[in-house]
Amino acid sequence: MTAGDAPTPREAMARLTAALTDVVSAHRAAGGGLLRFMEVCGTHTVSAFRSGVHSLMPEGVKLISGPGCPVCVTAQRYIDALIDLGRREGVTLTTYGDMLRVTGAGGSLELARSEGADVRVVTSSMEAVEIAAAEPDREVVFAAVGFETTAPATAAAVLAAQTRGLGNFTVLAAHKLVLPAMQTLLADPNLAVDGFLCPGHVSVIIGAEAYRPVVDSHGSPCVIAGFEALQMMEGILHLARQVVAGEARLENLYPTVVGSQPQPHAMALIERVFQPGDSAWRALGVMPESGLDLRPELAPFDALARFDIVLGEDDDPPGCRCGEVITGQCEPLDCGLFGTACTPVTPIGPCMVSSEGTCQAWFKYRRHEMRKGAGA
Amino acid sequence: MSAPLDPHGKRVVLAHGGGGQLTETLLRETVMPRLGNPLLDPMDDSALLPTDGPVAFTTDSYVVQPLEFPGGNIGKLAVCGTVNDLAVCGARPSWLSLGLILEEGLDLEVLRRVLDSVAATAEEAGVRIVTGDTKVVARGQADGLYINTAGVGALRAGLELGAARCRPGDALLINGTIADHGMAVMLQREGGSQIESDLASDVAPLGGLIGDLLEQVPQTRFLRDATRGGLAGVVADLAAGSGFHVTLDQESIPVRAATQYAAEMLGFDPLNVANEGKVVAVVPAEHEQRALDVLRGHAYGREAAVIGHVGEVRDGLCDLFTYVGGRRIVQKPYGEDLPRIC
Repeated sequence: MTAGDAPTPREAMARLTAALTDVVSAHRAAGGGLLRFMEVCGTHTVSAFRSGVHSLMPEGVKLISGPGCPVCVTAQRYIDALIDLGRREGVTLTTYGDMLRVTGAGGSLELARSEGADVRVVTSSMEAVEIAAAEPDREVVFAAVGFETTAPATAAAVLAAQTRGLGNFTVLAAHKLVLPAMQTLLADPNLAVDGFLCPGHVSVIIGAEAYRPVVDSHGSPCVIAGFEALQMMEGILHLARQVVAGEARLENLYPTVVGSQPQPHAMALIERVFQPGDSAWRALGVMPESGLDLRPELAPFDALARFDIVLGEDDDPPGCRCGEVITGQCEPLDCGLFGTACTPVTPIGPCMVSSEGTCQAWFKYRRHEMRKGAGA
Repeated sequence: MSAPLDPHGKRVVLAHGGGGQLTETLLRETVMPRLGNPLLDPMDDSALLPTDGPVAFTTDSYVVQPLEFPGGNIGKLAVCGTVNDLAVCGARPSWLSLGLILEEGLDLEVLRRVLDSVAATAEEAGVRIVTGDTKVVARGQADGLYINTAGVGALRAGLELGAARCRPGDALLINGTIADHGMAVMLQREGGSQIESDLASDVAPLGGLIGDLLEQVPQTRFLRDATRGGLAGVVADLAAGSGFHVTLDQESIPVRAATQYAAEMLGFDPLNVANEGKVVAVVPAEHEQRALDVLRGHAYGREAAVIGHVGEVRDGLCDLFTYVGGRRIVQKPYGEDLPRIC
């Protein structure tokens, strides 16, 4: 084959799935059971569904979506605090678009906006800072959610506001950390996962070596892969090979982008502005040191302090199994609300609200299986 | 003596919509020189239209932000949108109304540019603005400029268009790249500072292209312009309306690399993103090549492609054969397609 004969994506995928089929056959011939791998990033989840990766998976391998959608894991108490703020005179809420429809005990930001709250969708934290600079009479609050990928941007926004002397900019911080979540999952005896497909974005920030404890202490294979469908399938193939070989290693298939060490600039930004704190995850409860709190010296930029807000309790909707879905203990189809009471138009659980949520992805891209499952 | 538009003659003031002298000045100096024609010139309460036989009649309102974007502006959009809605019903677009809702303070230069586009696009599309209305609302009560257009066109004889007419084996065609309008507007709205791009909206009047297709392939079964809801919205409706399974082949759907990139950056699926110059056509298999040739022979169809087929399974669903060979369902998007955050 000459250099000009690069395989098409379909040919490349066919080779990967054939190789995976061989590995799985060998595994089963040796008496092995179903291989379950978890992707722990919402971007992987969306990419897998959009490109139809699930439909290409050989029998005997299953890809489970973990708690990697930042909207899905944002606790109800946090949404309630946002809505409380939005209803206050003179407050402008700035948020990423995905948060608009997530419901708290008192409705959603979309509903609050329709009732007159000043809620504005931004695509970057700096946009929120610019709004604060342009409208000094408004109290501008930025809803800071996301993992290590978005935390540096929030940190940069806080530092920019500090440098520019903006007294009307605050953040309501609900950033989460990926590793504590993975470790909590692994501590759960009900978890049945044979390895993790680790996210590219987050790994750029925290460095590949961050997963070392998961591999060494828990014996779980970890493979860092890019977001493209072929890269994901290659990652799954490597995970399967490790399991079949009885290994648990850390593999980085994305070395051009993900280094072994943390990205120093981004980590420095996070450390200047945040410190680890206990954090409430939707449907998973409070996990120790799994979130990021603003440092005490930056209290003037902390919406909790400025507006004297105490986060309440969570009251998750009855019947909703999002917590089990994002820990891989059940599939959306197993939930009695899925596709009936809970749809993307009328979402009940957070996994149905977000475009990165497992339930919404299932509903959008695999509904034909749901119909089969329902016998229709 | 003509009344001054405002102290500097630069901005829309409330009195421009008051129906008095200033309204008259605005119409005489700004609107009529651009849009005047024998049917509009009398400026009576209604336009008197010489129709003969059944007509198609449609209306649409335009609230796009920003008002001007790469590839067009709200004026061009308002003409194209209504012309295309008529054309896909098998009508020959002829007459349009133009309702302007202006916000106090709107730069008159913007209004002039928008009306220039209305005039140029109407000319290209072979339609006339035959009646209109102008209102001005106080600052803050609208966002610069809204436009409503209604349109009338005579129906071509002997056509029968509709999803229910589609049959297994039929081919789906599109006249070019998808998602350009939505992504161009989104990037402009985001300030465009973070993603450098030369993306432009595909907004275009498709009356000519669709007319050519219907004349040369009168067996055409279904036509729909893929605006809000994107290609996904159209094919999901097509599948549901026909009752058959529809398969799209992702490899054959034209998407510009810059559009794909912008969509990935902002978390959009190009299938769901709005177009303003794209039509999906379904034709019987034996006319597939001729339909493709007709589309490609037209300025707005050079990159036309066969993108899928109607299948035999009666489940009313559409699925996508993805670029890596996977399969997944294509559904109508739910309302606002929200940007991803990580």
